[in-house]
Amino acid sequence: MSILPKDHAEASEVFNKDEGYVNWHDETLWFVRQKRDKSSKNIPEWEALREAGSQIKHYVLSHLDRLLVEFERNAKENGVIVHWAKDASEHNRIVLDILKKHQVQQMVKSKSMLTEECHMNEFLAQNGIDVIDTDLGERIVQLRQEPPSHIVLPAIHLKKKDIGDLFHEHLGTDAGATDPQYLTEAARQHLRDKFLTRRAALTGVNFAVAETGGFVVATNEGNADMGAHLADVHIACMGFEKIIPKQEHLGVFLRLLARSATGQPITTYSSHFKKPREGQEMHVVILDNGRSTQLGREDFRNSLKCIRCGACMNTCPVYRRSGGHSYHNAVAGPIGSILAPNLDMTKNADLPFASTLCGSCSNVCPVKIDIHDQLYKWRQVLAKNGHVPKGKQMGIKAMSVVLSQPRFYQWSGRLGRAVMRSVPFVVNNAMNPWYKQREMPEPPKESFRDWYVRNREN
Amino acid sequence: MSARDHILEQIKINKPAELVLPETLSFESDFADLTETFTELLKTVYTEVVPVKNETELLQLLTARYEGVVNRATTIPSLLPWADFSLSVSDPHELETLELAVLKAEFGVAENGAIWISDAHLPHRVLPFITQNLALVIPAQNLVGNMHEAYKRLTDTTGWGCFISGPSKTADIEQSLVIGAHGSRSLVVYLLEE
Repeated sequence: MSILPKDHAEASEVFNKDEGYVNWHDETLWFVRQKRDKSSKNIPEWEALREAGSQIKHYVLSHLDRLLVEFERNAKENGVIVHWAKDASEHNRIVLDILKKHQVQQMVKSKSMLTEECHMNEFLAQNGIDVIDTDLGERIVQLRQEPPSHIVLPAIHLKKKDIGDLFHEHLGTDAGATDPQYLTEAARQHLRDKFLTRRAALTGVNFAVAETGGFVVATNEGNADMGAHLADVHIACMGFEKIIPKQEHLGVFLRLLARSATGQPITTYSSHFKKPREGQEMHVVILDNGRSTQLGREDFRNSLKCIRCGACMNTCPVYRRSGGHSYHNAVAGPIGSILAPNLDMTKNADLPFASTLCGSCSNVCPVKIDIHDQLYKWRQVLAKNGHVPKGKQMGIKAMSVVLSQPRFYQWSGRLGRAVMRSVPFVVNNAMNPWYKQREMPEPPKESFRDWYVRNREN
Repeated sequence: MSARDHILEQIKINKPAELVLPETLSFESDFADLTETFTELLKTVYTEVVPVKNETELLQLLTARYEGVVNRATTIPSLLPWADFSLSVSDPHELETLELAVLKAEFGVAENGAIWISDAHLPHRVLPFITQNLALVIPAQNLVGNMHEAYKRLTDTTGWGCFISGPSKTADIEQSLVIGAHGSRSLVVYLLEE
């Protein structure tokens, strides 16, 4: 699946060409954010619950090695085969080897952002394995040969008509049909056949419990369970930060997760896997892929607390108006923008700048990650390491010269106001990035300083 | 060095100073009437909760509601004569044609309408998902307030278990809610008084 080769600002410009479409995207996600607000307000202890979630995750970060070893021991005792992968390629190789051992060429997969991060589908395809994504939204984007644009709502960037056309082409639905009920039914029939014929199923992991060696997978569609319980081989893939100490902690996280994600009190299915069923083989792959490096970055390690609810995306004014694909990373939005530079600073240097730093992301985060502070801190790290574009560097330097010299600052202000008043086309043109999708403000007649000097006597 | 040891080594070097777990990790709910909250909540996810006196009445209600439905299976012994589909199959794929499963489940959670079902109650894990329609039967007194109380009950989750809250659904097409994605198309919950 191709990832847009543009940086966030360029890709957003393309996304913003159709104003009606952008407004629709913006409103759709804001609607999800509002559902989250309503749902969280039904819980009087919501803030204490967020704090509890954050504290448990903090404990996890400080005990990760021990918890992972405890999980491994218990999982093995339960008859689960545990694998460890340092990076994406090791992860993909492990999955391929399991499938080869069982002579499986076709596999069903439920939602796993981790396999997106590893570009696993492409790797398996190159090795002759056909992977079918079974979450409806993921199946839609897979048929379109594009990555999900949102971690919870993979096809949120598409309109009914796009999906109707796609299903007409691939699933033989009626031309022009756009009724979601009808289209979903077609996908149900199409995917039921896959569930019944595939011998291997891959799922993600929402939470892995050290104390029991079990793991929880949450879906609304039931696709993880349909896949896993019918397959001879179940492979569950997890980033190592998915670990939690005790089963009772699920009480905290399952109350937070769906409410933060979609405003539901809980997902339809919260499936607790512990032992393979009789005759089945169950594997867990534990992945690092830069997570241990992020753990060592004091300012950014809290990003590993993330439970992948997507609330920060739904609330983000930049995400809502630029779309998930503009972030060119498996995880988009504010959380993606603090995770991605850890993986590749050069490639993802633009992402921490794709934010207004308004702080809304941090306010809705169910585990209280200081997302907007981290975005701000990443900007400084990136600038220090020379990852900020020349133009922006020059701008910041110029700004620093102006702001550090009061007389020069006063003079520039006066000049700016005069220019905007007398020759407005100098700033009101396409060369000025601030003029895009905006009207420039009416310039004030005088600065506050001028006004103050004039009125001080009174 | 194996990948495992390498990862654990890196974590040891990079992890923050050790912290203790906070004391307050469990919260009590104070619903005046658990059955009422449970029923109201499930209504919002298109699920009817039906109080029923005993298994005899349950049989009458099921017969009326699912009249004309063929391929009915159950895990409740007294309902076996009513069922026309045997669950003693060796391969779970054989459950593909199942229209209705009436299954015994363990307990429900009032705050979110989730119902716990597990290996302890099921001959096949895929049963509640592969059936076109699902009915869960739980003892009326087996309701707890919230998820913290639920996990106090779940000291052992057996090999596999699941909280189910409503029929399978999706909103992946323009956020329009559609019931019946991959799992069951409908759910009815019977609260058994005896």
